[in-house]
Amino acid sequence: MDFELFTNILYATLRTGTPLILIALGEMVCEKSGVLNLGQEGMVLMGAALGFIAAVVTGHAGLGIIAAILAGMLMSVLFAFLAVTLVSNQVATGLALTIFGTGLSGFLGAGYVGMAIEGIAPFPIPFLSDIPVIGKVLFSHDPLVYFSWFMFALIFWCFRSTRLGLTIRAVGENPEAANAIGIPVMKVRYGAILFGGAMAGLAGAYLSLVYTPMWSEGMSAGRGWIALALVVFASWKAERILLGAYLFGAASIMHLVLQGLGFEASPNLLAMLPYGATIIVLVIIASDAAKAKLSTPLALGQPYRPQV
Amino acid sequence: MLNITLEKRPSDSKAMSYLSPLFAIILTLISGGLLFTSLGQDPFHALYTFFIAPLTDVYGWTELGVKVAPLTLCAMGLMLCFKARIWNIGAEGQFILGGLGGGYIALELMDAEGIWVLPLVLLCGALSGLFWGAVTALLKTRFGANEILTTIMLNYIALNWLLYGVHGPLKDPDGFNFPESALFSDFATLPVLSDDYRLNISIFFALFAVAVIWALMSKTLLGFQISVLGEDKSAARFAGFKEERLIWFVLLACGALAGLAGVSEVTGSVGQLNPYISPGYGYAAIIVAFLGRMHPVGIVFASMLLALTYMGGEMAQMDLGLPKSLTGLFQGMLLFYLLACDLLISYRIVRKPAARTISSSSNPAQA
Repeated sequence: MDFELFTNILYATLRTGTPLILIALGEMVCEKSGVLNLGQEGMVLMGAALGFIAAVVTGHAGLGIIAAILAGMLMSVLFAFLAVTLVSNQVATGLALTIFGTGLSGFLGAGYVGMAIEGIAPFPIPFLSDIPVIGKVLFSHDPLVYFSWFMFALIFWCFRSTRLGLTIRAVGENPEAANAIGIPVMKVRYGAILFGGAMAGLAGAYLSLVYTPMWSEGMSAGRGWIALALVVFASWKAERILLGAYLFGAASIMHLVLQGLGFEASPNLLAMLPYGATIIVLVIIASDAAKAKLSTPLALGQPYRPQV
Repeated sequence: MLNITLEKRPSDSKAMSYLSPLFAIILTLISGGLLFTSLGQDPFHALYTFFIAPLTDVYGWTELGVKVAPLTLCAMGLMLCFKARIWNIGAEGQFILGGLGGGYIALELMDAEGIWVLPLVLLCGALSGLFWGAVTALLKTRFGANEILTTIMLNYIALNWLLYGVHGPLKDPDGFNFPESALFSDFATLPVLSDDYRLNISIFFALFAVAVIWALMSKTLLGFQISVLGEDKSAARFAGFKEERLIWFVLLACGALAGLAGVSEVTGSVGQLNPYISPGYGYAAIIVAFLGRMHPVGIVFASMLLALTYMGGEMAQMDLGLPKSLTGLFQGMLLFYLLACDLLISYRIVRKPAARTISSSSNPAQA
């Protein structure tokens, strides 16, 4: 393999992993607060659709990003209202959010299929991007890639050494006890869900404004679901999400690798790889059930109703 | 602040569990009306176009049947899984694999003649779906992998498998390079009920499945065990039910039913393999199972409603110039409202006592 190809593959791996990082970090925060939101896929699609529409209408990709974040948050409010306020079944509600988001994004985006926009350009960091290899692989990306690192650092720090992180964890481990010491459980859960929605919306914008600057129905292609598996794989640790997302990124661009090595392979067969990898990962996690149980937030998926 | 609150009912309301789907449908219609108004349409005319116009002639009703058959088959299988609290989201993949497996055999038997061809094709389709269900069951029982995520992944793998087939080895050599297989022979095509319509005998497969599963769930020990497993896992264990076997059974049954739906679709109204053999029937069937209250009769009615959303989407596209994806939007709204209304099964809305009465009450918890 020649050197330039290797560099390009690493570069593409980071790009492909970025939406997964964003979604998985958001979902991790949400799950840390004890809420399992299976609606990621729907929120990502809404972010992608509305981000793209806003970018086309206003002509500013930046406004597209804001619209995508808002779209994700709006969707997550819907989930929060049902799952937190009305204590509905979180699994069913999350599924409904995905089905609804898929339908609504398809409907809203119908008039925008096939349109092309400029997209968000890469922003090579001065000086750093001139370093051989590393400069290309790490410092020649679009702003959202850097932002995903920033969010990683922020969340890592938040759960390591802040009161907020502790509060979220308390709510996810034992909402009754958290409530007893005066933590507003419902508010914390709403906040965590909203954060997850914002991140999923942003990931959607990444897909439709950066990764492939266009909109097509169902374009997230299961990334929301893969990110859900990633959170479990990472045992709710931000640093392992980063690692896992890039591993999946690498699996997703295997066709580039094989083409570079001169192999002919069907793109459809290679497209199965990330999904197959997810299943393998799920099997590995489940086989270590004791450890998985240890790191799972205790109250995950449990509805909480304050005793009045 | 709203002065209403939710209060837990002493026991679940049976009446509400039947009324909830009705409420959900009404709320969906109201929201749909508002949506059409915001799009500059006359809401009544638009709702009429979406929900009634498709059924104003015999052709419309037969087309409804064309869509009810796969939806009912998939939903009956999902019902078994959901009853056992197995969150199988994989009917879509099992449907696609059923179509692909059956379609592959149909293409291999292109030159074969005889009435044995069709049953063989259908059997291979059902077995292909069953195989996909078996993969899920193996992952669940042997490795304990979360079935929601594994079935979703299997759906995407099945879709890519189909795409590989129609872009590669199964592509029609005389098809101008379109990603489609050749049309199946007459011997591998489901007979239609009347030459004027597309409705074929797959509707009888669906009705047969409804009858069998109804009997299974209400008359047999196996059905009872599935229900108990779903309602109270520890009770099922205590009673000595073989949990793993039950999980295998529901997933295999669902796979076979969804696979049969898939192969019926490709050998019926589609007539070949192409990338679009499923308009999301496997996902819509999840809504059908919930809306039909996990009951065979309810599922038949819910299938009709969901089938109607597909026809309404096409009608709205033709007559009103609205995007066909209205279908997915209506389906999503329906499920959302249903979940919200389902809260009324175990909770009731009560008026909060006014703030003053709280402060003067002697309940220490409120002080």
